[in-house]
Order: sequence, then C-alpha cells, then structure tokens
Amino acid sequence: ETEVIPDRKLLQHISRVDSSGSRKTDPYLEFFLGLAICNTVVVSMATAERQRASGFSRSGQTNNRLDTLSNVAKKPFSLRHIFTSWKNKPKRSRTISEDSVVEEDHFNAPLKIDGSGNTDGLQTCSLQAPSHSNDPATTPDNVTYEAESPDEAALVYAAKAYGFTLLARTPHSVTVRLPSGEDLVFEVLDTLTFDFNRKRMSVLVRHPITKECVLYTKGADYAIMELLGTSCAEHLRGKQKNIATDTQHHLDFYGKEGLRTLCFTKKVVSKKVYESWLVCRRNALAAIDNREELVMETAVQLETELNLLGATGIEDRLQESVPDTVVALREAGIRVWVLTGDKPETAVNIGYACRLLEEEDLVINMSCKNKLECTSILDCTLEEVKRYSEDPRNVDTSQDIALVIDGRTLTMALSSDLQDRFMDLAKHCRTVLCCRVTPLQKSRVVKVVREKLKVMTLAVGDGANDVNMIQAADIGVGISGQEGMQAVMASDFAISRFKHLKKLLLVHGHWCYTRLANMIIYFFYKNVAYVNLLFWYQFFCGFSSATMIDYWLMIFFNLFFTSVPPIMFGIMDQDISAEMLLGVPELYRIGQGAGEYTFTTFWVSILDAFYQSLVGFFIPYLAYQDSDIDIFTFGTPINTISLFTILLHLSIEIKAWTVVHWVTMLGSVALYFIVTLAYSAMCVTCNPPSNPYWILHSQMADPMFYLLCIITTVVALLPRYMFHVLRNSIAPSPLMQARRLDRLDASTRDEWMKEWRSIRGLGQVRRSRLSPPPSPTLDTPADIFPQSPTASDIMADDLTLNVITENYQRPVHM
Amino acid sequence: MVKEEKEIANRPDNTAFTQQRLPAWQPMLSAGIVIPGFVLIGLAFIGIGVALFVTSRSITVLEIDYTGIEKDSPCYKCSDSDAKNCVCNLVFSIDSLFEGPVFFYYGLSNYFQNYRKYAASRDDEQLSGDLDAFTAPSDSCSPYNYNSNDKPIVPCGAIANSMFNDTFVLYRVVNGAKQLVPLDGKGIAWWTDYNVKFRNPSVTPLKNAFNNTVKPIFWPKPAYQLDTSDPANNGFINQDFLVWMRRAALPDFRKLYRRITDGDYAKGLPAGNYSLTIAYNYPVVSFDGRKKVVFSNVSWMGGKNEFLGIAYLVVGSLCVLMSMVMLIVYAKFKFPEED
Repeated sequence: ETEVIPDRKLLQHISRVDSSGSRKTDPYLEFFLGLAICNTVVVSMATAERQRASGFSRSGQTNNRLDTLSNVAKKPFSLRHIFTSWKNKPKRSRTISEDSVVEEDHFNAPLKIDGSGNTDGLQTCSLQAPSHSNDPATTPDNVTYEAESPDEAALVYAAKAYGFTLLARTPHSVTVRLPSGEDLVFEVLDTLTFDFNRKRMSVLVRHPITKECVLYTKGADYAIMELLGTSCAEHLRGKQKNIATDTQHHLDFYGKEGLRTLCFTKKVVSKKVYESWLVCRRNALAAIDNREELVMETAVQLETELNLLGATGIEDRLQESVPDTVVALREAGIRVWVLTGDKPETAVNIGYACRLLEEEDLVINMSCKNKLECTSILDCTLEEVKRYSEDPRNVDTSQDIALVIDGRTLTMALSSDLQDRFMDLAKHCRTVLCCRVTPLQKSRVVKVVREKLKVMTLAVGDGANDVNMIQAADIGVGISGQEGMQAVMASDFAISRFKHLKKLLLVHGHWCYTRLANMIIYFFYKNVAYVNLLFWYQFFCGFSSATMIDYWLMIFFNLFFTSVPPIMFGIMDQDISAEMLLGVPELYRIGQGAGEYTFTTFWVSILDAFYQSLVGFFIPYLAYQDSDIDIFTFGTPINTISLFTILLHLSIEIKAWTVVHWVTMLGSVALYFIVTLAYSAMCVTCNPPSNPYWILHSQMADPMFYLLCIITTVVALLPRYMFHVLRNSIAPSPLMQARRLDRLDASTRDEWMKEWRSIRGLGQVRRSRLSPPPSPTLDTPADIFPQSPTASDIMADDLTLNVITENYQRPVHM
Repeated sequence: MVKEEKEIANRPDNTAFTQQRLPAWQPMLSAGIVIPGFVLIGLAFIGIGVALFVTSRSITVLEIDYTGIEKDSPCYKCSDSDAKNCVCNLVFSIDSLFEGPVFFYYGLSNYFQNYRKYAASRDDEQLSGDLDAFTAPSDSCSPYNYNSNDKPIVPCGAIANSMFNDTFVLYRVVNGAKQLVPLDGKGIAWWTDYNVKFRNPSVTPLKNAFNNTVKPIFWPKPAYQLDTSDPANNGFINQDFLVWMRRAALPDFRKLYRRITDGDYAKGLPAGNYSLTIAYNYPVVSFDGRKKVVFSNVSWMGGKNEFLGIAYLVVGSLCVLMSMVMLIVYAKFKFPEED
C-alpha cells in the first residue's frame, strides 16, 4: 500500500557498495541500517494490517510511544516527503540537490497515487534484488508496518525503498534484509525509549557479523549534536566536526523549508563498557523509587560520543484549507498560539505556510540561555512592543506582532516571577509560536494563559503529546488521524480534519453560545416569572404560602406544559445561517465581548420577569377584585395567562421557526388545556384541599376569561416586543443585520456581505501595512526574522496544530 | 476501503432534523412589519374596551356597610361582642328602578378565607357523604375534628365552623307599611358543588347519619337542621353552606346571599324606601373586619368592574400610538433593501 520513489543515484550507489562487499564500514549502509533498526515499528502482514484498520484496535503500548515528532495533524492520505540528507561524504555535501533524496510514500492510499508516482514506483520495485527468503509470507512486498507515529513508519518505508527491509521485530531481535537479499538478524540488547527530555531514542543491538554492540540513536538535531563524539573520529577520517557543521547547515535549510529533521547516529559500545552499563541499567530497572528517572539516566549515560551517520527531513503536508481556517479564526477574533515540538525554523516556516504569520508581520524571536538574559529581553521587548502599539502611526493597523519562543526560554518565561511580563508581551502579539515544547510545557502554557489572561482557551491537537494540553484547556478538540486516538479520547470534541475547526467554532460554536445563553436566560426568566405570581399572592393570603393554582397543575406547568419548547429552542435555534457565519467570521466576535449572556441581558430579563409576573397577577386581581371569585377559579386564568406569556415570550426569542417549533409550541398549549380539562373533570375530591373540579370548564364558558387572558398576555409582552422591534429598527446589532442579509438571495447577499464588511471595518486580516515597520532598535534584544521566509512557495509541510485558541471571551460575572 | 466502511457504520443519520437543516421561517421583528399588526390590535382593543366600559357602566351596585363600628350606624349596638341575638334595621332608599334580576350579596373585608391552614381545614370526603369520614374526620380539620369529648365534629374543620350566620330580611317600605321582598335562595351555589362535590349520606332520615357526631362548635344547630323545610336544601347541600364552603380568593370578598327574582320584583327593585332587617350574629370587629350587603345586577361580563374596560381602552390606544411611533422609526431607519 505504500509507494516510495527512491533517488536513483543513491540507489545505484548503494547497490554498488553492497555488491563490493565493503559494507561493514560503509556509512551509507550504516545509515540505512540505522533507519531500519532504530525505531519501534512492528511488522505485520498486509492482511493483518487490514484487520487492524477495520477493528481499529491499536496495540496498547502507548506509554513508550516513540513520538519523536510532535504536533502533527496529518490527513490519512497525506503525501509524505522524506528528504534524506547525506553527510558522511564531504564531497557529496556540496550541493543540496546532489545529496538529497526525495522519496514519496503514500500511506494507505492505493487509490490516490498519482500516475507518475506509480510508474516510478514500479521501476523502483524492479530495481530491487529478488527475494531469497524461504518464507513466502515475508516477502518484502508483503510487509506493512505498524508504527506509533507516521513519521517513524515513513523512515522505515524509506529504508525499505533502498533495499533495507525491516522484516521482523520481536522484543529480542530485529531482522533486516539487505539490498543483496541477505537477511541479517540483530540481537536487540536494549531499547532506550523516547522521552521528551532526551528527545531521542536508541536501540542497542549486537551486530550478527562483527558481534559488536552497536547503539543506533535517532533524535532531534539539537539533542544529538551536543552528544557527538570528538575523539573517536578515526574511522570517519577525522572529519567528524566538519561533517557535523555541514549537516547542521543542511538541517537548518530543511528546517526553513518546513521539514522535520532528525539525526541518526551510531556508536560502537565496547564489551566492557556494555557490561558495566548493563549493571546500572538493571539496577535502574529494578528500582522502586524514581524508576523512570534512573532509567533515563542510564540512557543518558550510554548516549555519548555518538558518530553522526546522517540526517533526515520529513515533510508533512498541511491538511487542506489550513490557511483558510487560520485566517478565518483570526478574523473571528481568536488569538492563535502554536505549541510545537518542532524547532523554531520549521515552526516559523509552517507559520507562514498556514498564514499564521503574514509576510509583513513583525516577528520577535526569543531565545536565550539563562534567566538574566531572558528577563532583560522580556523587558526590552515589552517596552518596544508597547511603544509600537501606542505609536500613532500604527493606530489604524492591526497588531501584526508575532512572537516565536523556544522551549528553554519558555520554561524561564513561565517561571513565577517572569510569567506576568511574558503574558503582558503575549497579549500584544497576534500570534505566539512556542517551539520545542514538551507535552508538560504545553499544558503549562495553557494553564498560565487561562490564569493570567482570564480568557477561554481551546486546545487542538492530534497526538498523544497533546493530551495534557487538551485536558488543561477549557475546550479540548482532538483531531483523529494517524497519530492515534489518544488526543481524541481526551478531548471534548473530535474532528477528523483541521479545517472542520472553522465550522466547529464559527458555526456550531456560535450557535451553541447563543442557544445556551438565551436558554439559560430564558430559564431564569421563566422561573422568576412563574414563581413570582405565587409571591404576589402571598400579600393577599396573609403570607401563609397558600397558592391559588392547583398543586398538580403547578407541577405539570414546568414539567410538561412549558418544558419542551425551551429545550427545542436550546437544541434547534439558529439565529444566523451557517453560510452567513462562515462567510463573516467577524460575527463570532459577538460571543467574545458584549455577547448575549451579559450582566445587562441577565438583569433585563429578570426585570422583565418581574414586570410580567406583576402584570400576570395584578390584572386578574384588579379584574376580580371585590367579586365572589374563589381561590382556584382565580388561579386558573392566572395559570393560563402565564402559560401564554411564557410561551409567547419564547417565541419572540426564537429566531428560526421549524416545524418542530410549531409542533412543540402548539402541542404545549394543547397539552395544557387537555390535561387541565381532564384533570378538573376527574378530580372531585382527589387532591384536598384544592378542588379544581370543573373550574376550567366553567371559566372557559365565560367570555371574561378570554378577554382577561388576551389583555394580560399583550400587556405582559408588549415591552419586550417593542424593545426588540425598536432596537432592530433603530440600532440593529451585527447579528440582526446578518439575519437580514440571510433572507436575500445568494448573489445579492454576497454583494451585501462584501459591502457590509468593508463598511463596518470588520475587515479582512490586513494585507497591507500603512505605516512603516517599527523602529529597528527592536533587534538588539531580539532577533527579527527576515521579512519573508526564504522559501515561501513551499508546497507541503508540517501542519502544526497545537493551537491555543483563546477567544477573548469575558468571563460572565453573575 | 476498509476505513470508509467503518465510518459509514458510525455515521449519524443524514436527515434534515438531525443535521438541523429543517426549513425554517425566520420572522424579522422590525418597525415596518409590525405596524399593521399594531394598528389592528389597537383598534380591536379599543372596540372591546368600549363595549366592556359601556356594559360595566350599565351595572348598578348598591353597597351598604353594616359592621356597626361607627356610632351613627344602626348596627352599632350589635357590634358589641356581648350582644346576643341582636337585630338591627338598615334603612335605605333607591332613587330609580334597580333593574333586575337583582343579586343580593353579603361582603366581608379583611377576612382571609384563603389562609393556607384555614383553607385546608375541611374534609372533602366527609362532605361528599362518606360515612367513614363522619366517624373519623380527616386530620386536616384539626383542631376542629373532635370536640373535647372526642366526639367527631360533622362537618369538621375551620371553614364550616366559621360559617357566616347573619340573616337578612328585606322589606319595601310603602307608605309606612313594610312589604316583604321575596328572596330566592335556590341555585346560588355552583351546580357542581350542589350536585357532585357535596352529597348528603344516603340515610333517611338524614338525622340518623349524624348519630354519635356533634355539630361544629360555633353552630347553633346541626347541619341536618340548616333548612328543615326543604330536604333538597338541607345538610351539606344547603345553598348557604355551599356558598360559604367555596373559599374566597381574596381577603375582601362578597358571597351571593339571595337573588331577587320573584313576583313584583322580577324586573328589579322599584324606586322607594327599603328596610333590611339583619340578624347580627357574625363577629368581625375582633379582627378589624367589615361586613356589608351588596345589591347588584349582572351582565354577560359578571359584576360591575370598570377596570378591564379601561385597561382595554388604554392598551388599545397605546398600540395605536406605538404604531405611529414605529411609522416614524420606519421612515427614518428602514433597512435599505426593505422596500
């Protein structure tokens, strides 16, 4: 199911080396061996793969997840490019084109392979050595890999494309088929699993031919580079340092292209060292306290003096419509933060690709080594940013400041004495990119943002490393994809594509907010309005808590007669159509600031409820004053009036009447009359001391009952109705205007929409800066990235999705 | 593909309801649209208001307070709680024909028949003629369910115990001679009370049903002697008893006493002088209550009440006024595409 197109030149080189028999020492072969061995990918048959997919039961080893590359949301059918850098031959590292190998593999996408790729793939297959395997089931064509992250699988597939096929992996051995067709069985001595502190993993194997203990390590470039050996460079012709520099150069280039980089190293461990290490390791594994720390320490002990084999760059394409979505979120007034494990170069590049950063943006890069430096940089930057935003020349431009900060600096910035300043700075930035952050840092960032900025946070992620963050945020959204289901399991909402976030927030978020806000206000109103009727009656019954409404009818009132319409209102109401909400993301801002559920709307509603209850009690009171009315005959019209008032009040609030609304509304009224009539016809002495018998029947035979109901309902609802009418006419809210546009036909609507957006200055995310960029003094404390990325036409890269979305929604003070 | 099949298995129903794509009517509340509605409602309300007001105006009401607190009141001597079997005479005159049928009410003020404990103090089972409830009245009647000798009280409870017991005789004074005005006591209670809710036990004579029970403490005679002349008006189905047992909703209330429908007075009370002889038994001074008699004729809208007519007129005019305001608003602020 996977097609990989290897670079032919490199392939030929490998087959040449392979056949020449010098493979024991050849770094090319070692590199690919490392690629095939240094992972936790499990081999499965193609059929098994299918079962897994259909059953969707992932293996339970989620704890030691080897997720070197975090924060990716990949579409299941993503085209994955692997750029493999080849460093060990200095002469080959002159130009990029020469030593880069481009491979493509299509994950699970047999139907989606484009034509050229397909034929190339076939040619590739023919280049491969014929199988010498005795077991027909394990032919290289037949194997598929189950990896904990798609990146890992990609590397194994890449190795396979060059003839280094991972055939089997058991806890104690790894079988690799070489291009020559020979199977090598490596004994696995130990696996040093990945963790976010080391940012690397290693596999310790015994070479089947040389019987040496070999440690293959792969990891983030910065985690590897500082561990490279300097002394034992003899079999690398004394050029280790040189190579490391060249590799770093290429890695930087990859990073700027938005590739995820990894370094591969090898280390031959002498028997003596291994044995002494093994003792430590066993002690660590057997430890009861601090086991994890000790195990990690042993790993660190062994991973020193590494020899660089090569580096890889993995391209992870953005999902479709990511830039659109990001722009829409920004227009909706949502601040987007990216928390990624990638390095800053990669993250910035992706930021540009998904329009999180605009070309004219001012990008502040914060990276510092110690706290003192960090403090001074923070202070200076804050000063500059404030000066910039207060500058009158910048008043009419949107704040286009982006902050890029790396994991180490972030740790310092989030320390208790600096976090206020950091948050102050972040508040001025439209976008914040946090790079090289660990899962714990992610959740820490979310928590600090929540705490300090008093905003609602939404975290989107797809990987297990996002789980902490998703759980820390107010709203967690998981993207289901190749990274597994952990994020989805931990999330409040699961989506399958990043682009669905737009609809989730702008449409469903908006609807959900208005529905909830209106329904909650309505419930408060309803109870105040109804219960107050009973309260007013207390003034006329000696405060004896007597009621003028039959007890059962009172219970039924909230339980049956007026319960379904508000529920349907809360489920079904759509104040504005989805098209309109998607078309004008600015409408989302209404829920963030002065929304529908505010101090004012709440108290206005409560006051209205008081007014309505006053009207609903005292009009009948004045009408029946000094008459021979009895308790429950007096209560019946009051109950009927409040039924109509409460239901019609709701119908003023309902924005879209579907057949469901009509059925529930009319059904509620019908239910009230049917139940009350039936109850008062049957209950003679069933519910003392109330005696509803035949009361509604006699009332309904009296014209006064209807006249009373009509006038009271009208008087009760007139203020609210008038308020709506006048506000909609005199000062319509943006929502109201949007609703009006909704009624127009599509073409006129689009025209109006455009015009309206420009008039209201809601505006696109600004494309042009009106004032010159800020003073150049900024670059003393902090680097400013060049105006545009070096490669702005990148077709595909890594979608980084740990977006903290804070919509600056004021907490409601109730 | 395998994956797709799985997705289909979990896919939610693609119906208009579950996907919230039901066709919807989106009413738009704005000045332009509601003006005609307001005008119509306003005019209709003014019409109803006029009709109600005129009807209410045509109703005549004559209220006479006879509590006797004031010294010049003919019942002053009776308001003393020590006076027994006190009778007082209320003299009044009618200037023009009091159109019939005239309803004769007694009214009480500051009397909380709706007080929770008072209103619950009755036994509907007993009043529906259930003999078991005669021997064991409901606890809700407490403390008026058993007397000091542990004998069950029938009818039990505070409401029955406090039954209004002033009686009235109306005379027309023609040339110094008193002419009895016949009062009709039939059909003054709810039909359902008389025929459904309240039943005498089916024991003849009725008196036997009340064996081993005692009358309410304040009653001068037992329930089976409320009207010995008419078995259809005796016991629990005595009309005055029924009227009293239907608790008033508000502390100032009136209850129907009699109707004047018979003989010469079917068309109403002619102009002239009248004398009302009151057997003053019911004490109200202790709780600052007032007693009154009310003569009123009725219309389709019941008794006299000008409030509703005025309310309709005010709200109707308000609606018309609003529609004018909105006309201005509409002219000034109409949304451009709202043609």
